Amino acid sequence: MTEPVIEMEGISKSFPGVRALSDVSFDVRPGEVQALVGENGAGKSTLIKILSGVYHADAGTVRMHGKAVHFTHPVDSLKSGIAVIYQEFSLLPERTVAQNLFLGREPRGRFGLIDTARMRRETRDVLALFAAAGRIDPDQTVGSLDVATQQVVEIAKAVSTGARVIVMDEPTAALNEAECEELFETVDTLRERGVAIIYISHRMREITRLADRVTVLKDGEIAARFDDLPPPDAIVRAMVGRDIADFYAPPATEAEIGAPVLTVRGAGNDRLDGIDLDVRAGEIVGLAGIQGAGRVALAMALFGHAPFTHGEVTLDGAPVAFKTPREAIRGGIGLLPGDRKSEGLVLMQSVRDNGMLTSRAFAPLWGRAKRNRHTDETAMDGLLDAMEIRAASYDQEIRGLSGGNQQKAIVARWLSMRPRLLIFIEPTRGIDVNAKAGIYHLMRDLARDGAGILMISSDLPEVIGAADRILVMQNGKIAAEFPHGATEPQIMHAATGETEVAA
Amino acid sequence: MTDGADMQTARRLRLPQINPVWVLLAVLIGAIIFMNPGFTQPTGYMNFLKRAAPLAILAAGQVYVITSGGFDLSVGSLITLVVVGASMLTNNDPAATYWVVPLMLGMGLGVGLLNGLIVCFLRVPSLIATLGMMITLTGLAFMWSGGAPRGYLPDTFRFFGRELIRDVPLVRFIPISVIVLLVVVGLLAWLMHRTNLGRQVHAIGDNPVAAGLAGVPVNRVRITAFMLSGLSGAIAGILLGGFAGVSTDVGSGYELQAITAAVLGGAQLLGGRGSVPAAVGGALALTAIFTLLNFLGLPQPVRQVVQGLILIAAVALAMHRRQQTGT
Repeated sequence: MTEPVIEMEGISKSFPGVRALSDVSFDVRPGEVQALVGENGAGKSTLIKILSGVYHADAGTVRMHGKAVHFTHPVDSLKSGIAVIYQEFSLLPERTVAQNLFLGREPRGRFGLIDTARMRRETRDVLALFAAAGRIDPDQTVGSLDVATQQVVEIAKAVSTGARVIVMDEPTAALNEAECEELFETVDTLRERGVAIIYISHRMREITRLADRVTVLKDGEIAARFDDLPPPDAIVRAMVGRDIADFYAPPATEAEIGAPVLTVRGAGNDRLDGIDLDVRAGEIVGLAGIQGAGRVALAMALFGHAPFTHGEVTLDGAPVAFKTPREAIRGGIGLLPGDRKSEGLVLMQSVRDNGMLTSRAFAPLWGRAKRNRHTDETAMDGLLDAMEIRAASYDQEIRGLSGGNQQKAIVARWLSMRPRLLIFIEPTRGIDVNAKAGIYHLMRDLARDGAGILMISSDLPEVIGAADRILVMQNGKIAAEFPHGATEPQIMHAATGETEVAA
Repeated sequence: MTDGADMQTARRLRLPQINPVWVLLAVLIGAIIFMNPGFTQPTGYMNFLKRAAPLAILAAGQVYVITSGGFDLSVGSLITLVVVGASMLTNNDPAATYWVVPLMLGMGLGVGLLNGLIVCFLRVPSLIATLGMMITLTGLAFMWSGGAPRGYLPDTFRFFGRELIRDVPLVRFIPISVIVLLVVVGLLAWLMHRTNLGRQVHAIGDNPVAAGLAGVPVNRVRITAFMLSGLSGAIAGILLGGFAGVSTDVGSGYELQAITAAVLGGAQLLGGRGSVPAAVGGALALTAIFTLLNFLGLPQPVRQVVQGLILIAAVALAMHRRQQTGT
C-alpha cells in the first residue's frame, strides 16, 4: 500500500462559541478518491480550510509526504501541490482558457514577452486528459463556457500547476446528469494519474460511484471511517446518527388517494406541447427529465407565471386559466421555486416575515401585518416550531439560516395558505440529509391532508423514493409514466428518449 | 455553504439594534447647544423642528421608494410646483385655500402615480423616470407662473407653515408645522412598520422576483410607494409655502437632501431595508449639520460640499458594514 501524501492527525479547531473540529485524523493516498461526507456544519469545510492554510488548527499536525507542514496562507499549500476547487470558481471570465491556466506563471519567450504559442500548446496538452477537451478552445474566454466546462478548466488549471492533491467541494452542485457523468470520468482520469482526491459531497450516488475510502464527519468528530466502500445505508446512518429506514415517507395507500385535484388536457405553450396530467388528492407526483425537458416550464405554466396558451386545466373540477401567480395562488396553487436565493427568499427580511409573505400579500394593503385571515404571528411561529426550524430567533434575517431551514420557512409560507396543489421544484437542492428527510415527510403529511403534490427533481433517487407516481418529460412533452417502484435505468431511458417511435 | 458555524453567523446577522443615526443626531445637538445655549429654550428647538419639518416629511416619504428598490428625484420640483401652483390658484383669495390644499395633495398623489406607472409598465428605471419627471415638473412650474411667480400666498394657506399654537404648557408654543410633522411621520411609520403594505415594500425591494412568485402584487405596492412619496412632497411643499417665499427654485435640491437623510437613517440603497423614524432622524441630523455650518458662518456652497460628502460617506459606511456582515 502506498504511503499517504497527506496525513492530518488530532486536528482540533474552535471558533468563539463553537467547537468545529475535535481530534480529527484524516489521510489520503496517491491515486485514490477519499470521500469526505457529513451534514452541513459537520466540519468538512473547516477541515479543508485547515489543510489549505486558510485557518490554523488549535491542535494537531498536518504532514505532507511524512514531513510536518505549516501552511499560513492558501498560496503556501498551492505551491506544495494542494489545489482546492470550490463551488465558486477562481477563474477570470474575461480571460481566455489558456490565460487562466497560466495566470501568474506565463511562460516567457524572447525579450521576456509571453510565449503565447507555448501557452496554447501546453493548454491543449493538459486539456487532452479530459473528455471535454474537444469542446474547449484555448483562445475562448472562460465566461463563454458553461458551468460544467468551466469546472473542467478549473481542474485542468490545478493539474497544470502540478497539484498532487485535489480537493473538490461539492463539485456536482451546479451540474446536470450528463455533466456529472463527465465529471466522474475526469475524476477517474486524475486517479489513474496518481493524484490524491478528496471529494466532498452529500450525494450517495456519487460517493458509491467514485470513492475508494469514505470518512464521515459528524459534529466535528469522525463518526465513521470505511476503508472499503460500504453500502450507502451505512454511510447515511453514520452521517445522520440514526437509521434511515424512514428516510422517505411511505408511499400513499389506495385509500389515501382521492379525486383529482388538478387535471390538464391537451395544454401547451411555446415550450410545452400536448400536456395531459392528473394529480389526485393525497398523491405525490414526481416529474423527472433532463434539464430543459420542460419540467419547470410546466410548473410555471400551472402557476400562471408563463401560462398555457391552449388546452384545458381544471382545479377541483372547475375550469381555470391562471394568467399570473397571484391568480394561481388565489385559486389554490402554491409553488416552491427551485432557486431559493433568487426566486424564493427575501433574504434581508426575518424568518417570520418570509413565512408570512404570501398570507400578507393576500390581505388588505393597509391592514395590520401581525394578523390576517390566513394566519397570524403566533400561528406562524407555531408552524415554524412544528417544522423544527433552527434559528436564534424568528426575528433573525433569514439569510443566516442553513438551506434546509430556509426551505422549511418557504414551506411554512405555503402551509399557512392551505393550497390544494403544491408544486415543489428541486425541494432538497443543497440541503443536508436530515433536513431532506424532514421535507419528504412534510410533503407526505400535506398529501395525507388532502392536497395534491407535484414534485420536480433532478435527483432521481429522490423522485423514485418520494413519489407515488412518476411522469417523465422530454422535449416539452410527457413521454412516459411509471408507478412507484420504477428503477433509475427505466426513467433515464424514457428521459433521454432512446426508445419508441420518434413522434 | 457546506459548513460555517451557523449559530455564529446567526448572532452576527441579528437585525440592527441601535441605529447610529441617533448617536450622530445626539452629538450634533450637543454641539449646537454648546455653541448656542439658547437652543435648549423652546424658541430654539421648536424653530429647529419647524425648519426641519419639510425635509423630515420628505425623507419619510422617500424611504418608501428607496426601500422598495427605487429613487424618487421628482419631489424637489414637485415642491416648487405645489408652491407656484398654490400661489397661482389662490390668487390672493383667502377662501381658496380650502380647495387648493386638497387639490395640491391630490396633485402629489397624481405625480407619484405617474412615476409608479412609468416605472412599472414602461420599465423605465426609477432614477431616470423621476429625473425626467423632475425636469418636466420644473418646466411646468415655470410655464404656469409665466416665469414670474406672484410673490405671495394668502395667510390661510401659510397657516400650516407659519402659525404657532401658543400658551402650551411645558413648551410654551408649538408650531403647526411640527404638529403636521408628528402626524405625518406617525402615520407613515405605522404604515411602514406595522402593516402589510410596509412588509411588502420591504419584500419587493429585497427581491422582486421572489416577492412576485410569492403572490405579492409587486406593481401595486411599488406604485403605492411612489404615491406616498408624492404625497409627502406635496405636504412638504405646503409647509415650505408657509415660510419661504414663492419662487421657482423653492424646492430645488430637496430630493437629494431627502435621499441623503434616508441613507443616513440606514436605508439600504437598492432596497430591502429602511426605517421611517431613522430617516426622520437622518433629516434632523442633516438639518443640524446645516445649522452648525450656519453658526460657523460658512456660506451656502460649503453646505453643498458638505452634503455631497455626507451622502458619499453614509453610503460608503453602509457598504462597509454590509461587507463585514457578509451579504
